[in-house]
Amino acid sequence: MKATVMMPLCLGMALLAAPAEAVPAIYPVDTARFLATSKFDFKVEFDRELSQTDIDVRINGKSVADVFGASPEFIKNEEGKGSAVILRNVSLKPGKYAVTVKDGKEESSANWDVYGTPSEASAKNVILLIADGLSMGHRTGARLLSKGVTNGMYNGYLSMDTLPYTGMLGTCSVDSIAADSANTASAYMTGHKSSVNAIGVYADRTKDPFDDPRQETIAELLRRKTNKSIGIVSDAEIEDATPAAVVSHTRLRSEKAAIVGMFADIRPEVLIGGGSAYFLPRTVPGSKRKDEKDYVEDFRKAGYTLATTRTELTEVMKNTPDRLLGLFHTGNLDGALDRKQLKKGTVSKFPDQPDLTDSMAAALKVLSKNPNGFFLMLEAGLVDKYTHPLDWERAIYDTIMFDKVVAQAQAFCDANPDTLLIVTGDHTHALSIIGTVDDNLPGELMRDKVGIYAAAGYPNYRDEDGDGYPDSVNVSKRLAAFIGNYPDHYETYRPKLDGPFVPAVKDENGHYIANAAYKDVPGAQFVPGNLPRTESTGVHAIDDLVVGARGPNADQIHGFMNSTEIFRIMTEALALGN
Amino acid sequence: MKIWLTVLLCLLLGVQGAWATSENRLSFDELYSGGGALGLRFSDKVLSFEGQHVVIRGFMAPPLKADADFFVLTREPVALCPFCQSDSDWPDNIMVVYLSEKQRFVQNNAVIEVEGDLEIGSWTDEHTGFVSQLRLRNATFHKL
Repeated sequence: MKATVMMPLCLGMALLAAPAEAVPAIYPVDTARFLATSKFDFKVEFDRELSQTDIDVRINGKSVADVFGASPEFIKNEEGKGSAVILRNVSLKPGKYAVTVKDGKEESSANWDVYGTPSEASAKNVILLIADGLSMGHRTGARLLSKGVTNGMYNGYLSMDTLPYTGMLGTCSVDSIAADSANTASAYMTGHKSSVNAIGVYADRTKDPFDDPRQETIAELLRRKTNKSIGIVSDAEIEDATPAAVVSHTRLRSEKAAIVGMFADIRPEVLIGGGSAYFLPRTVPGSKRKDEKDYVEDFRKAGYTLATTRTELTEVMKNTPDRLLGLFHTGNLDGALDRKQLKKGTVSKFPDQPDLTDSMAAALKVLSKNPNGFFLMLEAGLVDKYTHPLDWERAIYDTIMFDKVVAQAQAFCDANPDTLLIVTGDHTHALSIIGTVDDNLPGELMRDKVGIYAAAGYPNYRDEDGDGYPDSVNVSKRLAAFIGNYPDHYETYRPKLDGPFVPAVKDENGHYIANAAYKDVPGAQFVPGNLPRTESTGVHAIDDLVVGARGPNADQIHGFMNSTEIFRIMTEALALGN
Repeated sequence: MKIWLTVLLCLLLGVQGAWATSENRLSFDELYSGGGALGLRFSDKVLSFEGQHVVIRGFMAPPLKADADFFVLTREPVALCPFCQSDSDWPDNIMVVYLSEKQRFVQNNAVIEVEGDLEIGSWTDEHTGFVSQLRLRNATFHKL
């Protein structure tokens, strides 16, 4: 190819893919748009050792000390990677800021857009409902299974379908167009984009997962500026990325034992989820801590009422406590399909788990005791946990459950119109529904029983008991749904009645190969993976998310937005930026 | 004579094997007898086997290295390597197996049988920091 042809191509690529790592690296990063008065750490990393006099850092032409009122710390050589300057816990007034950094050889710049909020809050309460991994396929699947269709018309809408304001969210990360649940939740909770696996921080170059440049979370802002209550609810481990992001700062979401300590620092009035293993001292069987710290006792001493089963939750809610700690599982809770129908997963070990609707009802009751209002983040975490291993039936059952939580929230909004409700996911999966699988169709192979276009017809799920879930997931004419990326696996064209799907297992070469446990399922078909062989399950999609909202400031949700706008809309409604 | 010795040896080994099979065989469903979010309870059977040679079948989770002196035995195949992944975690009913000598990781798509001396109680591996509640020491394994 001639150079003349190459040049515009290269120019176009440069414009499309902005360099993620400028040298020197500036945090907050270029393009950051964040809340005035919210705390953050300012850091610049140079790629070689310098003397302090070589360095010139300016913000709108002024020195760092002039802008922030304090001088940054100079680090001569950070882990042998070069010099750095850092100034923690600073904030800015609304405005546009241009940061320029020169070190005598290289220079870089970052532009920040710092926004304020009105002085008066328009919302007393904010409820943020997140179904982890919620994609269009989950929503459509939930509507098909829960409501059904007659002559092309859905027999009813999901509660999330009826939210008056709808938009799309972009979930890209600082380091990648892809994202995980850590940095996507971090974007909602801090208003800053971050990197894969990072929560409440920009991922810097140091090894320490707790020293990265921080951003204040919405829970910290609420504690510092208001008397509102805070609620965090999930059916995953409560230390998992999404609930953790409400309070936490770490480069590594896997630092779950430390994240429990961060919950203890904030003391949300409601903390409900799984993951008790990280609350228990290491000597207790089932613990995953490496120390003797007993956080169940720690929370009890701080005035929390504890519930560890659904029965206990019902009991303690007879006299609504001021502070509620619900820990219902050492790990992730089981989803609706296993708890309500199949009794698989870990249901035999944990037979008395609450439904997410039970946790939502309890949370609303406790939080409503505060006349100053509350912020509640609830996550349906298992939608993602089941979609990863291609177990879309379980994911769709949990989407139905999530929608019941949305209905509860809408009822609360009906009674309390000063509540901003936002309903969304945190990233998507490549789940699509394409027709039906009909056991009664002729054909030697299961793939020949996949009904498409006119042959798809209608599935024969039934909901005789009217609970919104099909009475059986294993009907003779069921949805045909496929996930567009996967490891090697056996496609069975059937729901996994014996427990959640484990599509692939690791071999001695570090590659994931199809799990032989499904090889002999009648009709099972080997599907070679289309992901790197190091991947054990399907991965997140970069497709846009759908977000719906109602209540004060919800009208700002429309069209396409970067995911950090959710933080701005919430903090604006709560007037946290002044 | 040789035949006699072989027969005797087979008998002795057979008796020992049968004894281990019938007396000290554990299954994953028998490790804990309930408990809940505030901790699991070791079963009476596990407690009665403390310090004894036991046999258990399960799946070998992907180890840190192919040649490792310990690995984690699980009830079901573990898709992820929690050592390697940041966003995954072990199931809570696991058995940590310390091998009497290094053995090569076998493809874990099939059940293996492990035998070793049962050790109970919280213990932190000095090299990896891995905390376990149930361990087999001086263990060996074989495919079925």
